[in-house]
Amino acid sequence: MIKFLTKGILRDRSRSLIPVLVVTLTVAMIVFFQGFLTGILNSMFLDSAVVSTGHVKVTTRAYEEESQLLPNDLALLGSQQMMAELSGQYADHFWTPRITFGGLLDVPDEQGETRAQGPAVAFGLDLFSAGSRQIEIWELERRLVEGRLPAKPEEALLSSKLADRLGVRLGESVTFIGSTMHGAFTTFNFSVTGTFNLKMGPVDKNMMLVDISGARLALDMDDAASEILGYKNSLYYEDEEAVAMRTDYNLNHSDSTNIFSPTMLALRDANQMGMMVDFSMAAMAIMGAIFLIIVMIVLWNMGLMNGLRRYGEIGMRLAIGESKGQVFRSMIVESVIIGFIGTVIGTGIGLGLTYYMQEVGLDYSEALEGLTSTNIIMSNVFYAQVTPELFYIGFIPGVLATVLGTMLAGRAIYKREMAQLFKELET
Amino acid sequence: MQNSAVVTINHLLKQFPVGGDYFTALKDVTLSFARGEFTGLVGPSGSGKTTLLNIIGGLDSPTEGTVDVLGKVLDNTSHGDRALLRRKHMGFIFQSYNLLPVYTVFENVELPLILNKVEEKEREKMVKEAVEWVGLTDKLNSRPAMLSGGECQRTAIARAIVHKPELILADEPTANLDAENSHHIMKIMTGLNRELSTSFIFATHDEKIMAYLRRIIHLDDGQISEDERIEHPQG
Repeated sequence: MIKFLTKGILRDRSRSLIPVLVVTLTVAMIVFFQGFLTGILNSMFLDSAVVSTGHVKVTTRAYEEESQLLPNDLALLGSQQMMAELSGQYADHFWTPRITFGGLLDVPDEQGETRAQGPAVAFGLDLFSAGSRQIEIWELERRLVEGRLPAKPEEALLSSKLADRLGVRLGESVTFIGSTMHGAFTTFNFSVTGTFNLKMGPVDKNMMLVDISGARLALDMDDAASEILGYKNSLYYEDEEAVAMRTDYNLNHSDSTNIFSPTMLALRDANQMGMMVDFSMAAMAIMGAIFLIIVMIVLWNMGLMNGLRRYGEIGMRLAIGESKGQVFRSMIVESVIIGFIGTVIGTGIGLGLTYYMQEVGLDYSEALEGLTSTNIIMSNVFYAQVTPELFYIGFIPGVLATVLGTMLAGRAIYKREMAQLFKELET
Repeated sequence: MQNSAVVTINHLLKQFPVGGDYFTALKDVTLSFARGEFTGLVGPSGSGKTTLLNIIGGLDSPTEGTVDVLGKVLDNTSHGDRALLRRKHMGFIFQSYNLLPVYTVFENVELPLILNKVEEKEREKMVKEAVEWVGLTDKLNSRPAMLSGGECQRTAIARAIVHKPELILADEPTANLDAENSHHIMKIMTGLNRELSTSFIFATHDEKIMAYLRRIIHLDDGQISEDERIEHPQG
């Protein structure tokens, strides 16, 4: 019977090609939509995590309270030991120290007089350690506009916006003017080896990147760090896990009576990010659910219409002795076959599109470059993201909704008055 | 199924609820059909002939009385058992052929055998035999859209007889056909009735069919008004 039904499905385009196309299109849309939303969300979280918050981060309670002022006099001490402890305790994360510091950047002319000067926010990142993933997560090689990455502590990268504003050329020296962690005045010369563009709107307007060893020399912060940032090895932010980790760490390590005791913060604890995480996840869930419901109604309706269209055929089959159960089951088998084929093709197409958008992205730099300031760090390019769930999410509407629609239509088989068959089959 | 009567009906009453009341479609019908009979249920519209055909085919149940078809008392059988009875021992011919448009003549005729789980090789043999009976051997691979009305009905007949049922129920089988095709169809069915001893029960008011019948049961207002036996049908 399955062979007989398969022949029918293959020959009857309104029973095969059209339903398969409908399922394929809707599943492809769902997969792509989901992948794109996930990509935007993850990329937004990752951008914030990379530049500012980490998925989690450890700092002192005092530094956290005054963090807007970049108070390195309140920074963590004994950062190496703390890094080792964190790596041992939370092995599914990688940990990296960071020094964030602000000051004045002075560009001298040939005579050593100030040629240009401006404020700068600098990040001392772990660029040199073996196994450090900072270059990878900052995507520095891709974001380098010109020059090369620093190879020595006294080398620096400037954002192209800052470099342009100060008129700095590669190989020139810039002098950082600020204060050490002990409150003393400091000046430190960095040689500019390259410029970068993070493509995150105004975030990198005044940004300078150096290796943390250079920052430690400049600020006299031996074995100290403003923060130790932790990132999930997979780079996917998982809010519940981060929150649980933060709660656990603070319970065991944080002392509310000591302002210098370490405290862990999850990404959502950073300024406005909690609301952003909740809003994004809720918006994504709502949009996903609405889209899923619409698609399910479409597929449901298709199953229903398909059943109704074959009313005569079903009547004949009942009359010649096929039981209602047999007819019902054969319709379900058909819808499973159609749903499965459509879902597999649709998932393939959806994954292909998602992968393409993951690699190429949707660039809206022009719109964001117009912004002068923002609290939310967001990439100028929307990237989709291929995640494991995309491989199966399409099966919910693709197979389930098609089968449910058919089952609903199939109820008519059981309700059908057998005594009316001859009359119905006259037409 | 040892009984020589294929259908035995005793004091059949069939009523349908209409509003708060009942409409009586069949009243005190007592009948029997012997094996190999070629019988017509004849009467005007609303006389109860299709209802009687439905009840004999197990598609409807009597309100009162007993109906024994091929040794099974239908009011004691489940829907599944009735479906099995139809599948194994009955054939149906409809006014509108009801062929499946995406399947060929061969495949349409094959369907009852698939339902009866007949082996593929045996199926092929039986289908070819049935198609030969109705004279459509050259159309085996044609689809219904490529056939004339007469050929469609011949395919439907082949589908009804392919599993060699004891009883064939036909509801107005010539209603959509012209005179020539109607006679052709009826000749095929009388030939099958003779060769295979298959019992035929028609519901009809077509004069052309009546000329071939050997027994005509006249129904009027749900009752048998005349049970006429014809020794030498004109057809």
